[in-house]
Amino acid sequence: MKRREFLRTSGALIVGFSLSGVKMRGQGGPVEGAPPMNQLDSWLAISSDGSVTAYSGKEELGQGIATAQAQLIAEELSVPFERVKLIYCDTALTPDQAYTSGSQSHPANFNHANLAQAAATARQALLKMASDRLGTPVAQLSMKDGSVASKIDPSRKVGYGDLIGDKRFNLVLDPNAPRKPASEWTVLGKPVPRPDLPALVTGQFEFVHNVRLPGMLHGRVVRPPSPEAAVVAVDESSVRDVPGLKKVVVKKNFIGVVAEKPWQAMQAAAKLKVEWSAGPPLPSFAQYHDTLRKQPSRDTLMVNAPDVTEKLARASATLTATYRYPYQMHGSMGSSCAVADVQGEKTVIYSATQGVWYQRSTSAMLLGLKPENVRVIFRRGSGCYGLNGADTVTYDAALLSQAVGKPVRVQLTRKDEMTWENYGNAFTIDERVAVDERGSIVAWEHESWSPGRGNRPGPGTPGNVITGYLAGFRPETFTPRSPAPEPVGFNNNSNAIPSYLAARVNGAARGTGKVDSGRVLVHGVPSPFWTGPLRSPARLQNTFAQESFMDEIAAHVKADPVEYRLRHLSHPRLIDVVNAASKAANWQKRPSPGLGGASVARGRGIACVAYEGDNGYSAMVAEVEVHRDTGAIAVKRMVIATDCGPVSNPDGLRNQMEGGALQGMSRALSEEVTWDGEKITSVDWRSYRSLPLGFEIPKIECVLLNRTEEAANGAGELSITVAAAAIGNAVFDATGARLRHAPFTPERVKEALKA
Amino acid sequence: MAITLKVNGQSHTLDLDPATPLLYALSDDLALNGPKFGCGLGQCGACTAIVDGQAIRSCITAVKSVEGREITTLEGIGTVAHPHPLQEVFIEEGAAQCGFCINAVIMTAKAFLDKNSQATEAEIQRAMSGVLCRCFTHTRMLRAIERARQKLASGRGAR
Repeated sequence: MKRREFLRTSGALIVGFSLSGVKMRGQGGPVEGAPPMNQLDSWLAISSDGSVTAYSGKEELGQGIATAQAQLIAEELSVPFERVKLIYCDTALTPDQAYTSGSQSHPANFNHANLAQAAATARQALLKMASDRLGTPVAQLSMKDGSVASKIDPSRKVGYGDLIGDKRFNLVLDPNAPRKPASEWTVLGKPVPRPDLPALVTGQFEFVHNVRLPGMLHGRVVRPPSPEAAVVAVDESSVRDVPGLKKVVVKKNFIGVVAEKPWQAMQAAAKLKVEWSAGPPLPSFAQYHDTLRKQPSRDTLMVNAPDVTEKLARASATLTATYRYPYQMHGSMGSSCAVADVQGEKTVIYSATQGVWYQRSTSAMLLGLKPENVRVIFRRGSGCYGLNGADTVTYDAALLSQAVGKPVRVQLTRKDEMTWENYGNAFTIDERVAVDERGSIVAWEHESWSPGRGNRPGPGTPGNVITGYLAGFRPETFTPRSPAPEPVGFNNNSNAIPSYLAARVNGAARGTGKVDSGRVLVHGVPSPFWTGPLRSPARLQNTFAQESFMDEIAAHVKADPVEYRLRHLSHPRLIDVVNAASKAANWQKRPSPGLGGASVARGRGIACVAYEGDNGYSAMVAEVEVHRDTGAIAVKRMVIATDCGPVSNPDGLRNQMEGGALQGMSRALSEEVTWDGEKITSVDWRSYRSLPLGFEIPKIECVLLNRTEEAANGAGELSITVAAAAIGNAVFDATGARLRHAPFTPERVKEALKA
Repeated sequence: MAITLKVNGQSHTLDLDPATPLLYALSDDLALNGPKFGCGLGQCGACTAIVDGQAIRSCITAVKSVEGREITTLEGIGTVAHPHPLQEVFIEEGAAQCGFCINAVIMTAKAFLDKNSQATEAEIQRAMSGVLCRCFTHTRMLRAIERARQKLASGRGAR
């Protein structure tokens, strides 16, 4: 710890640093004060006993990345997996890698930069040191089990602890330090079990919910009845008789209570009488998707071929369809929790945030403190899938701790978690294509409307989540812009550009498909509710629309859905996952719909995606049964093929594929945020339906294409992105009914069956 | 008032409001990490404990109502060194993602399997129908429970 403190204050040059041009898309840059990204000592330390400590800015959320990162270090440094300790996301210790999000951890730390390159640099340094020590040329040395030995006389060896133990490397990351080739891997690429499991299954694991500090008090918050309601009066006498109550805290529209025990805080929060002003009414739930089209919007053109309109006008056939996707919740199993200890100027915060550095800078804003006096330490929370209440409850704890000068733990109620989290965005999407006389697509128009308000807090926007807003900060500003400027460069980060487009921008075709003419227009509109990235944000919704629509076009021209996709794709890796999934599923070539059956109809559907355009590839074949009388869908089988470059841990990857597929199924079949004229009405697990363990679970089969010659891509959002379209397409194949409005509730299925 | 709770074989006398949900006594007063607050409404299972052989939702069970009864938490059924067969197979199957629901899943399954060692897979699934896992580790968890059932039924994992 002392050594790390020294590192932080030793005046080393702090620069934004990228060794190989690996993109850190949407991930921001290092914040001032973080251990410098280009210094080996920021990433790795070797102790005198030869054990290795690695420091990472990418945290374990349940996705298995901690295990994979430890494997990476063990592999590159030739030390046993058990001798690697990984410390991640502590603003006093670890490099600032912005967020752990967006399927960026695998690309960020497993390619030729950051953690992987630090390990490769250390490997070269250790070889050089051993060469000097043993008087043997580097070429005649090999590394094994934490030692460097002579290949000629293996008895001549020296341990890493003897070479560098407890001392600094004082080296800059070397972009030319060679990585160990995948053909030599013995730890990386293997199904190493997660080391956190024994503690998890025996109740020994410490979540952020289990952080207990001496003298810690318990806080609860009192949220407004509707998004824009404001505090008129707070009657503190209403809670005077609640035992253990320490303080009622009011800061603008933020209200919280602090008590000795959690149950007392719960009672005080429930009893506190607050008069709120009425906010404006909420837009109609039933009409909401059409309302989106009528808002002031911020327009962005992603692709704008000059001949789209003409091609659509002259086509032998055109097809049009509109898809609707609801707001959905992260809906964490455990309501969010944080512990803050604000002692005057000095603050320590335990948080499940996905961005400790930005949590630090924004907490400091909220508390009126200098960021360097705030330390944020990540502790795992309940699975978050993007932006649950972790950031907002951290602000709650910080504000309440500051008000009482003691450590305070805050956990949200289920209702507050579900009412005030940053929902995954709703979408209304129009798709339109022109088809030529041979049945091939010659032009594709994609136009979407999606509401947004707030986001991750980022380095300076605490108002992006509810607590910051209640305490007086604004969310990031919405500036309408219409018409959209011409696209300046290719960017398919949101998968707004259909996979089947060649997507010419500035002359170069950067898309994954063959269709030469396309227009992609995206409208951002204001949202009455807070929104934020929910696993596969925008990509899932766009893929649902595009892959369902592709199926509609194939059906229109009576083509097999797999064959029709392949006919319009150009990207070999995307083609390969489509082939791999359809082969593993024993896909029978024929157009949809098939002969599904009378009362229970059976069908199969496919969907595919090049995630973010080039950050992982997946295809899924879903097989379903549709009960025509009840409208119920039973998914029987899901076959998923994925390619995320080199597979770092096949068991971890399968776990992500399986979980993503079922989470995608739950979102496709039953999850939807609802509201009435004034408030959110999906506030618990009865009103927001998540498929429980008892749900009929499909057989899931994973095909992992292991591409060791490619760069590491994202993996966590591959299977979830294609689930809704694959299921919807299978329902069409079974029944001829097209589902264009998610979730596919029995009512919507019955409606589609009648259409 | 003074309430005596018998948790994992040990008696604890605590000064509690008798209406306090058991969960708060377990996780706050006794500093146990197994039972967790998920919803406070008895809807998700995160707070599950076993009382006299029955899986209960401790977030909606007043401490007064379980005074003197045998309360078991996840910590009480096995340890890292000596895991219960369910804990053992969950490790072997890698049946977790974030792990927040593990308590719900293992404790509900344990109370069920203790009385239904011959249960079919469909019956197990029904017994788990009130338990959520938002990471959707369903496939591995159900596979792990079935394997634990076989171990327990054959006496191999009897404790």
